[in-house]
Amino acid sequence: MTSTTTRPPRYLGDNPRFLAGLFMSPAVIYIIALVGFPFVLAIIYAFTDISTGNPDLEFVGWATFRRVLADPVFRGALWNTFLFAVLANVLVVILATALAEILIRDFKGKWLVRFLVLLPWVAPVSLATITWLWTLDSIFSPIDWVLRQVGVITENVYWLGRPGTAMTSVIAVQAWRIVPLAAVIVLAGLIAIPKDINDAVAVDGAGFWRKMFQVTIPLLAPIIAVAVLFGVILTISDMSVVYVLTRGGPTNSTQVLSTWAFIKGIEGGALAQGAAVALFLLPVLIGITAVVLRLARRREVL
Amino acid sequence: MAVVEVRDLRKEFGDVVAVDGVDLRSEEGEFLVLLGPSGCGKTTLLRMIAGLEQPTEGEIRIGDEDVSRLPPRARRIAMVFQSYALYPHMTVANNIAFPLKAQGMDSEERNQKVEWAAGLFGIERLLQRRPRQLSGGERQRVALARALVREPTVFLLDEPLSNLDAKLRAAARDDLMEFQRRIGITTIYVTHDQVEAMGMGDRIAVMDHGKIRQLGTPEEVYHHPADVFVAQFLGSPPMNLLETAGFLFGFRPEQFLPEGVAADEGTRVPFTFHVNRIEYLGSERFLYGFIREYDETRVIAMLPATVTLPISIDQDHKFSVAKDQLRFFDYDDGVKIAPQPLMR
Repeated sequence: MTSTTTRPPRYLGDNPRFLAGLFMSPAVIYIIALVGFPFVLAIIYAFTDISTGNPDLEFVGWATFRRVLADPVFRGALWNTFLFAVLANVLVVILATALAEILIRDFKGKWLVRFLVLLPWVAPVSLATITWLWTLDSIFSPIDWVLRQVGVITENVYWLGRPGTAMTSVIAVQAWRIVPLAAVIVLAGLIAIPKDINDAVAVDGAGFWRKMFQVTIPLLAPIIAVAVLFGVILTISDMSVVYVLTRGGPTNSTQVLSTWAFIKGIEGGALAQGAAVALFLLPVLIGITAVVLRLARRREVL
Repeated sequence: MAVVEVRDLRKEFGDVVAVDGVDLRSEEGEFLVLLGPSGCGKTTLLRMIAGLEQPTEGEIRIGDEDVSRLPPRARRIAMVFQSYALYPHMTVANNIAFPLKAQGMDSEERNQKVEWAAGLFGIERLLQRRPRQLSGGERQRVALARALVREPTVFLLDEPLSNLDAKLRAAARDDLMEFQRRIGITTIYVTHDQVEAMGMGDRIAVMDHGKIRQLGTPEEVYHHPADVFVAQFLGSPPMNLLETAGFLFGFRPEQFLPEGVAADEGTRVPFTFHVNRIEYLGSERFLYGFIREYDETRVIAMLPATVTLPISIDQDHKFSVAKDQLRFFDYDDGVKIAPQPLMR
């Protein structure tokens, strides 16, 4: 008998090493071309003073970062990004937990509710945000119309036209976008809570709120942390909601780092500064990710 | 302490009838076992008594009060779950204190109670640990302490030993019995393990297909099964059943002995036993074969190690069963009937 294990395959298509490379190549090419390359380019640009008017790669060390930091708009955007990410995700956690608690129950028309809940997530961002742009329109806003009819306001709010309401609107729409994803993540966590635990709570006589805050939420904590991680990253790295609704205005009051990087680098042509702004939060995001993932693993129980 | 009584209790899940008209009454301080194969409705019955399932029909009374519509917390019951269902994020002390907090008891009284319950099960030194730091046996004690700390009137247990390994299980069974005797609390215990049921129960309710087939002491259900289901569910190996002239009769494998071994030769019924195979298990021998007189139905004999008589395989042997150890069942519905003459 001859051994068949060491003989090389006859055809290239039988070679597992070749096949592994072949099958992985689309993903690898995609990531290198659309994520890796721009990322490396951004790092290189950030240390030059390249702009659309002067496309020479001239390294200037940290000078571009110093210029970016000196800009008061950047500092405002940094604060706004923080506010935006924290407040939107606080809203997301509260709404997603409530929604998951509803979706785990059995009731008539559950499929419809589930469909509606997922809708903001499956709709294209720009399209969904444009709908909000109309909904929050300064003259024709249906929200204002309803409020006027009810008698709460006498003239329009100009949601996107004033700093406070613009920030509120941007935060609310961003939360609306992310809630479905977070709700599905939390729902998965709720389903994973053993039935015996819920039965034990019932026998032990805890009411709804005690169960919620002393059993359900502590048990969900690791999974909520994962939802928050996704939410924060999506909020910090995605510019579509802010850009479509306000373009950072009025007077930069809703400017966040992602929109500022785009406006500065692409629209303004200061490529190096745009890259520096975009890279600014990378260490922060990596730090948040590491901390949250470690917490989630540590809190994993049983 | 209280008596649990269910009357004509029914539970349907869609088209499936899980519990099909059960009447059951425990006695004061009794250890009552619900025994049956999986899917027989025993756990659903227990969960209805606990208030975790709403019955489709029927009434549940605890201590002469109709509790059918009360939530679990108002029934003064305690329940221990198969997985123990300890709260993994709380210390042992907080696990035990949880039902007391839900009652709104002040912290001083609560601490005393927790100490008392922990003392009852010898787990005082574990109070600051978390469930994942405990062994299976320790978790069970914590679950028992949490269940008992409210001083319930009825104690419900759903297969609490099935998560333990065999060695630990024997010790845990011992503990549980000892503790139940000491507290004297009415206990309803669900299991599919007949050894547990026989060893622990004051009475056993044998269930199948949502009905109680027989309710009786371990001796009654083992020696005088009400029907062929009970006869074949209990005992390992189960009762041998043979068919003859319009009825069924049966006998336990350990009652089926070779000629010359039993003392009461005069009152025994002889059979010709053809042995195909012998399993030697140390403390006993299992003989597999068939009986010539009855359509060659397969039967099993169990000989204790004290019977050293050599038995050769693929040969006929003269075996017999004491007359009063024969059990008779109706051919159609399998229910126990009066002794019948055996015709040859």
